Amino acid sequence: MYSEIVMEHFKNPRNVGRIGDADGIGEVGNPVCGDMMTITLRVKDDRIEDIKFETFGCGAAIAVSSIVTEMAKGKTLEEAFKITNKSVVEKLEGLPKNKLHCSNLGADALHQAIMDYYERKGGRAGRKKRQRGKVEPLEKPEGHCYCPYCDAELPEEVPTCTLCGKPTEHRHE
Amino acid sequence: METIYLDHISATPLHPEVKRAMIDYLSTGFGNPVSQHHIGDAALEALEGAREEVAKLIKANPQELVFTSGGTESINHAIKGVAFAGAKKGKHIVTSNIEHNAVLKSLRMLERMGYRVTSVPVDGFGLVNPDDVKKAITDETVLVTIMHANNEIGTVEPIGEIGGITRERNIPFHCDAVVSAGVVPVDVEEMGVDLLSMAANQFYGPSGVGALYIRPKTEIWPLLDGGMQENSHRGGTHNMVGIVGMGKAAELAREEMPQRTEHLLQLKTAFLDGLGFIDEIIVNGHPTQSLPNLASISVSYVEGESMMLLLDEQGICVSTRSACASGSLRASHVLLSIGRDYAEAQGTLVFSFGITNTIEEVERALEALKNVVATLRKISPLYRKKEER
Repeated sequence: MYSEIVMEHFKNPRNVGRIGDADGIGEVGNPVCGDMMTITLRVKDDRIEDIKFETFGCGAAIAVSSIVTEMAKGKTLEEAFKITNKSVVEKLEGLPKNKLHCSNLGADALHQAIMDYYERKGGRAGRKKRQRGKVEPLEKPEGHCYCPYCDAELPEEVPTCTLCGKPTEHRHE
Repeated sequence: METIYLDHISATPLHPEVKRAMIDYLSTGFGNPVSQHHIGDAALEALEGAREEVAKLIKANPQELVFTSGGTESINHAIKGVAFAGAKKGKHIVTSNIEHNAVLKSLRMLERMGYRVTSVPVDGFGLVNPDDVKKAITDETVLVTIMHANNEIGTVEPIGEIGGITRERNIPFHCDAVVSAGVVPVDVEEMGVDLLSMAANQFYGPSGVGALYIRPKTEIWPLLDGGMQENSHRGGTHNMVGIVGMGKAAELAREEMPQRTEHLLQLKTAFLDGLGFIDEIIVNGHPTQSLPNLASISVSYVEGESMMLLLDEQGICVSTRSACASGSLRASHVLLSIGRDYAEAQGTLVFSFGITNTIEEVERALEALKNVVATLRKISPLYRKKEER
């Protein structure tokens, strides 16, 4: 079902844990959607010096978290912000269609951690990035889900995906 | 790496005697039981021999059984066939909240055609209250369909009591016995059912073959229109090799049921007793009124698919009911119905034991499960938050 590289990251996840006293924290998903990810950053001179993740989720979710941290580690914040769900999926040599939403969560958690860092630092850059990243608030009660077939974000309960038109069977309860 | 197969609810391996019977038939028989020459007669003899064995397993008469392509077809046939035939009387059907998708989706299809469906709830063990069924029945009701045993949590429903109610009201009663027939005793008279679905791959027979019991005088339309096969209930040339396998599997299941049950219960008990070493686990289903071969557990703070994959790495095959693994990303309706929350439903695994499993295998699976849970909890933000509290 999964590519070799997905299984490799799933079985031997990199950068597991949580940085105490982190410079930036990103937390996305909720158990309703099935996945929850936390990414913590240590930033030095605008560069991600250290990054760790915690994930509650399926094999794909864990592999995505692992590879996102690997991709981001050592990069400047600007570079790391360019990591998208697409580049994550490419790096993992693909994910099953109904697992693509996991890749969104990985990139989202990373972006949120970076924005959290900017926010803590204050200044205009942080606010600008927030708009670009379109990241949902941390503890949104209804959750934050994606179409299981394509990677479209679905803000509300909709019977069919707004992008690909397939039945989403999503639930927010 | 040695395989420990604990997913018998998905499919059972062929019993060696079943395999032999199928190979024997495959190497000699090829005729169509409908043909009137001696080659056809030989096939007919094999067909009716198998029918007799399957009938004995559920205490029915052979002529009341229709061979099908498996549990899903049997269920579709029973539900749609009876609903179509009863449309002139009414368009209301009663079911429960924890039925299999074959039932749910058949009913959803009927709803699109104008039928109404009332679904009765279950309690925390997954038990249907027969009184709820009684109250749900109206003058328009043309079918009641309730499963015998649940495929996710193993709870065995009070079918006999429900059968008493439907008989009193003279309403056809279908029972999905796909995961119970051949595993626990099934008696169509005692249960008071008019239709009963079963599948061979639940009792060491082949996949792709099943049967539908239809009580005489039950009004039902065919699902597959065609020739005069199966008393005109199901057109189409018979899957003879599969049917021969199902017959042999039914014979063995009936003869060996007491010993099998005793062995399965030993395995299940050893498994449940061994779970004590892992904290925050919920055992789903009824403690006594349940299948002897199935144990469903919800493990807090971790997700089912990742547990399943890590167990598979160690050769251990189990099922998960997590939304992540479901394709639809939807939490199991069965688990939500018995009161599990989304996170608990996400961490649900089903262990289903078979006649060739040993206590040692169960112990090894428990040890592996313990390690897998510890590994995944270590990276779970939910577990860390709980620890911090």
